[in-house]
Amino acid sequence: MTTESILSLTDVVKHFPVQSGGVRRSRDVVHAVDGVSLDVRRGETLGLVGETGCGKSTLARCVTRLFDLTSGRVEFEGRDISRLKARQLRPLRREMQMIFQDPYGSLNPKRRVGSIIGDPFAIHGLASGAERKRKVQEVMELVGLNPEHFNRFPAEFSGGQRQRIGVARAIALKPKLIVCDEPVSALDVSIQAQVLNLLSDLQKQLGLTYIFISHDLSVVRHVSDRVALMYLGKIVELSPSEALYEHPRHPYANALLSAVPRPDPRAAATRERIILVGDVPSPIHPPSGCRFHPRCPKAQQRCSDEEPLLVARDGDEATHATACHFPVDSPEELAGTWVAASADADVVGAAAVDDVGVTPPTELTERGRI
Amino acid sequence: MSLTGTSIGASFEDDPEFAAAEGEETAKIEGRSTWQLAWARLKRDRAAVISFVIIVLIVLMAIFAPLVATITGHGVNQQFRTTGLNTFGLPVAPGKTFWLGTDDLGRDILVRVAYGARISLEVGVLATLITVAIGAALGLAAGYLGGLVDTVIARLVDLILSLPYLLFAISLVSISKPGMKIVIIVIALFGWAAVARIVRGQVLSIREKEYIEAARSLGASSWRIMLVDILPNVTAQLIVYATLLIPVSIVAEASLSFLGLGIPPPTADWGQMLAEAETIYQQAWWFLVFPGLALLITTLAFNILGDGVRDALDPRFDRL
Repeated sequence: MTTESILSLTDVVKHFPVQSGGVRRSRDVVHAVDGVSLDVRRGETLGLVGETGCGKSTLARCVTRLFDLTSGRVEFEGRDISRLKARQLRPLRREMQMIFQDPYGSLNPKRRVGSIIGDPFAIHGLASGAERKRKVQEVMELVGLNPEHFNRFPAEFSGGQRQRIGVARAIALKPKLIVCDEPVSALDVSIQAQVLNLLSDLQKQLGLTYIFISHDLSVVRHVSDRVALMYLGKIVELSPSEALYEHPRHPYANALLSAVPRPDPRAAATRERIILVGDVPSPIHPPSGCRFHPRCPKAQQRCSDEEPLLVARDGDEATHATACHFPVDSPEELAGTWVAASADADVVGAAAVDDVGVTPPTELTERGRI
Repeated sequence: MSLTGTSIGASFEDDPEFAAAEGEETAKIEGRSTWQLAWARLKRDRAAVISFVIIVLIVLMAIFAPLVATITGHGVNQQFRTTGLNTFGLPVAPGKTFWLGTDDLGRDILVRVAYGARISLEVGVLATLITVAIGAALGLAAGYLGGLVDTVIARLVDLILSLPYLLFAISLVSISKPGMKIVIIVIALFGWAAVARIVRGQVLSIREKEYIEAARSLGASSWRIMLVDILPNVTAQLIVYATLLIPVSIVAEASLSFLGLGIPPPTADWGQMLAEAETIYQQAWWFLVFPGLALLITTLAFNILGDGVRDALDPRFDRL
């Protein structure tokens, strides 16, 4: 792995106008992604984690330019692609691909698998006829599908096989960067491992760079070299994978990691879980300053006044950046305060207002997922 | 394959290809497409099969109308003033020479009904094809492209659907040269809006699917997405709608001809024959009944077939 960056995001912002029912047009916007700066290095897997609604999928679609950016800059291999038109983007599509979450929704049910995987060749005019078929079968073999099945329909495959079809389509043109948008979250645990291993084999074979989006902390830890943690449209912590899991600095990261299930029941029984109070605030009117401050036990006046920058904090390596004025030194310092609040937390979680499509976090952290 | 069997799985057993694939690992494995499955289902629908046979017979009658004329020895516009009309100048009843009787000018009704099938089918099929093509194209564009395109097309649809059809059809036909062309144009002009509305609705839901996003991320153009990714997902509905639109077009043509605005005489046409029979049917019921029956049987057969096609293509379809 080199430190050369293949993709560079500068202050990427994506706002969605709020659809209002009546005649009156609302001026409100959903701050889905609100100022994300990030470098992705060639050959690495960058994990992007965050709970439902935090903007990670939106960020992925900004990177692949399925969405237009509200503002900010996306550079791919040194070239600014954030303002390119659809036609200008086409050559870029060969370099940058996407794997989607839903193996059922991401394959056109009316088309045969061979034609779905052959799409990249057809769209870019790279191969046709027998040559395309041969290439499609090569790719199918590469992802562990029976090449004889190219004439079947997606409905004739299992979830895991379908996801392999999605992977085959993405790697068909040997891209440099693949954005994986929750590629395994719709699969059974046993199948998840197979697909994750496939992705990592392909990475070695083809020298791919991954942006790996997930809400499953264990999966991200397993696959990622570095992890970026998102909360309400911003990155709150960015560090090498092990550093984040061993020594989380942001209070939010601490809370999430304390909820990851541990295989050892004795260790699980003794550790203290940090349970967050309240809900994720609405991304239509995000809190001032640090967006986490209304739920943070360490919050002080400064947190609501001044937005913390994503920088390396005292005692960290330069690679470990945290957006927090008062980063956590050891998990114990939080434990007492937060568990005390947990009695109410369940009640709050149960009564959560789901007005912005945000799943109540209290319930989710308990399952070890964010 | 049994006519009563409803399970799709059962049909695999009689599929020799499937049986072969099981035995041999390397045998060619080919999934059955929607169309193959639909065809298998349609074949089990007795009413649809009968309708289909009737339609084939009507088509044959239209194609071989000159043969009918040869067999009977009566030309389509030939007037038999001595044998075809009785002493009072009234049409003769069905009998040995004129199997379905004659009309008020002494022409053979059987021959004219056979020739009339040509007009009805031609107008029915052509008008339907044009209607569906326009409707599908505009519906796809409105649904997928959205924005201004959608606004303009949606308003146009509203406009067309709010026009009083018959009044406008009559005025349009009466200001232009009468003939088949204007009839088809009028039917398509008023028909496409309904198709466009259906297609647009379908496209609106399909465009949010992840596979459309996947196509975009592969770099597919809007054209390609509309034609390759979306169109196959609405063809089933289009085919069903087209099958049901054919009888509607046939009736529309007959109505215009009945009003004297369709195909000009002396061309044999069912609607026109009904209009001519109007004055004399109390003396010659056959003049009214046979063209009327031809029209009824044709539209009924197409409607039943359309129902069958809909059930075959997607058993979960709502009734239109």
